[in-house]
Amino acid sequence: MKKTIPDIELMERGHQACLGCGAAHAMRYLLKGLGPKTIAAIPACCWAVIPGVYPYSCMDVPLQYVAFETTGASISGIEAALRAKGKKEGTTVVGWAGDGGTLDIGIQALSGAVERGHDVKYVCYDNEAYMNTGIQRSSATPFGAWTTTTPVGTTKAWKLSPKKNIVEIMVAHDIPYACTASVAYPEDLIKKAQKMKDITGPCFMHIYAPCPTGWKYPPEKTIELARLATDTCIFPLYEVTNGKYRITKRIKDEKKKDVLDYLRMQGRFKSLDEGAIQSIRDHVDFEWARLLRKEECFGEEQ
Amino acid sequence: MKLVLSGNEAAAYGAMLARAEVISAYPITPQTKIVEKIADLIADGRFKTEFIKVESEHSAMAACISASLVGARTFTATSSQGLLLMHEMLHWASGSRTPVVMVNINRAVAPPWSVWADQTDSIAQRDTGWIQYYCESCQEVVDTIMQAYRVCEDPRVLLPAMLSEDAFFLSHTSEIVDLPPQEELDAFLGTYEPDVRLDIDNPRSFGSLSMPHQWYPEFRYKIQEGMEHAVEAIERVDREYGSLFGRSYGGLLDLYRCEDADTVIVAAGSMCSTIRAAIEELRSEGVKVGMARIRVFRPFPTEAFRALAKDVRSLVVLDRSFSMGSEGAFFSEVKAALYPLSDRPDVRGFAVGIGGRDITIETIRSIITDSLRPDTGITAQKWVGLRRCEE
Ligand SMILES: Cc1ncc(C[n+]2csc(CCOP(=O)(O)OP(=O)(O)O)c2C)c(N)n1
Ligand code: SF4
Ligand SMILES: [Mg+2]
Repeated sequence: MKKTIPDIELMERGHQACLGCGAAHAMRYLLKGLGPKTIAAIPACCWAVIPGVYPYSCMDVPLQYVAFETTGASISGIEAALRAKGKKEGTTVVGWAGDGGTLDIGIQALSGAVERGHDVKYVCYDNEAYMNTGIQRSSATPFGAWTTTTPVGTTKAWKLSPKKNIVEIMVAHDIPYACTASVAYPEDLIKKAQKMKDITGPCFMHIYAPCPTGWKYPPEKTIELARLATDTCIFPLYEVTNGKYRITKRIKDEKKKDVLDYLRMQGRFKSLDEGAIQSIRDHVDFEWARLLRKEECFGEEQ
Repeated sequence: MKLVLSGNEAAAYGAMLARAEVISAYPITPQTKIVEKIADLIADGRFKTEFIKVESEHSAMAACISASLVGARTFTATSSQGLLLMHEMLHWASGSRTPVVMVNINRAVAPPWSVWADQTDSIAQRDTGWIQYYCESCQEVVDTIMQAYRVCEDPRVLLPAMLSEDAFFLSHTSEIVDLPPQEELDAFLGTYEPDVRLDIDNPRSFGSLSMPHQWYPEFRYKIQEGMEHAVEAIERVDREYGSLFGRSYGGLLDLYRCEDADTVIVAAGSMCSTIRAAIEELRSEGVKVGMARIRVFRPFPTEAFRALAKDVRSLVVLDRSFSMGSEGAFFSEVKAALYPLSDRPDVRGFAVGIGGRDITIETIRSIITDSLRPDTGITAQKWVGLRRCEE
């Protein structure tokens, strides 16, 4: 039987993530794609804790822990220094940050790094809130979600604004390559990681990484939930190469699942009323139609 | 080679002569000429370096730290608001034990907006674990950049250093600067070769979590040990530089005409040149006065002050900054250094030149006259030359 996932393990056993953590899978797969000649920078986030407490680490690649908002700047510095030392050839520099560290506090440094055109890979694992500090909303938290700072209460005070679209922000930078990926589709994720490794210049990957602790669902449901996110078109898998869109996991209309299947699995959506659910459905449909149109208009030539 | 250089240009030449391999900096008045000059030197093919034109000072320092962890010699420059924005990363640099060298142009802090000389910006960084030099001349800027890399990259020190220059008084004043031959500077500096670095052939983690019962306090203590080693290294490197290039600056505390002085003025930065001129006048009138220039504020020249205090009747401390709710940092720290001595000189403090207000020979003379008045016991620090509303 042909293996579809590389054997190499650069994230060892013994990490400190919660049971069922999507972000733990995400790192394991990413490193399988990027390979051992990788230097990583990780800011404050769950992943600042997951590798282990000094002097232990589950990581087999060199790693710098960096300040929360500095991932883009830190990988710029690593890349520049490797070039100054004549060591850049063959080495991949990756920044690995949460949604908060990417879409919120770190967006300036990320934007700077991409605009300057460093040969760096930036990967955001998205668990849709600040989990390390105890489930506060971020700009990646979707409309309707409960978090400790959107606590619903008696006034339907769930997250009221929509999720920020970070991939489009990256595309607006004329980035050579931006993509989404999911822990439910590891082959797709790894293929995209390998692609990023081979591109010279900035690349961005947005990984959907469910969090049982923050989303309030049983840990064994992580992969099922991630799969549903894509199958409902809530989190479509696609890539944008030099501005050309390509959907990598096509969802046929008749196979498309209803958002309710997805929402019902998670405690963070349990208070939503019919109106809110319908507005989520409408928003998902609108965004999916828009993506299809983008692919149609700005797709790769057949 | 002799060139006419401003303090800003001297900083750019210093970075080039030190062969900084990665530079990451963001412009701010009055430091802009440093980044522009570096860009020119690179554009003209004279300076081979990786210059990251970052989108903020916070990123500038973050990039320097990471580059340094890869093993590159790094340089940056900033001022005032930019330095304050870096504050978090200044701690990160010392905690990471990265020997980043930075030039800071001492500029007042807003509001109200002011771009003129004031040392509040760097004094406010005193607890960040950075070595702090204060320069008096453009020549000293070049020479101190060389010295700073030697000190910072010493494996027993491994700490970052900032060199401060007063806004405009130094950053924009030109003087003849002697640049030693590159080969001799190369021999003096060597290359930066850290034992551990971000290296794919030897994967290690830098900065992982440490619990209270594990190693956190020990890591912090080692920074203090680095500072203690820095005292010796700063003195030694300054002497060695002097023997090689003919210029040294008194190590941590630069003494001027203190041999027989009854009164010694303590100050830092560009005002020290004015103080030298005032001392000449006062001496010709028979007043036995000298100066102890704080060249290095961190590590603090505690021993040098104690040695000086033995033969001096009074110290007059001038701060171009003020810690609100307390007093100027120099004033506090000089007193603290002398406290264990049984026979202490009288110490008086003056806040002067705040926000770039001019310090003239007359200003210094009036401070000395004020200080020579009979002992009034412990005195609070005085703000010199404050205007009144009616004016
Ligand atoms: C400057 C700064 N502000 C705030 C924090 C506190 N903090 C640490 S991690 C974090 C949230 C991280 O969220 P995200 O990036 O989404 O990663 P996650 O924890 O969800 O994996 C916050 C707010 C910090 N470390 N530094
Ligand atoms: S809180 Fe969520 S993201 Fe963080 S370790 Fe636990 S499961 Fe993973
Ligand atoms: Mg998060």
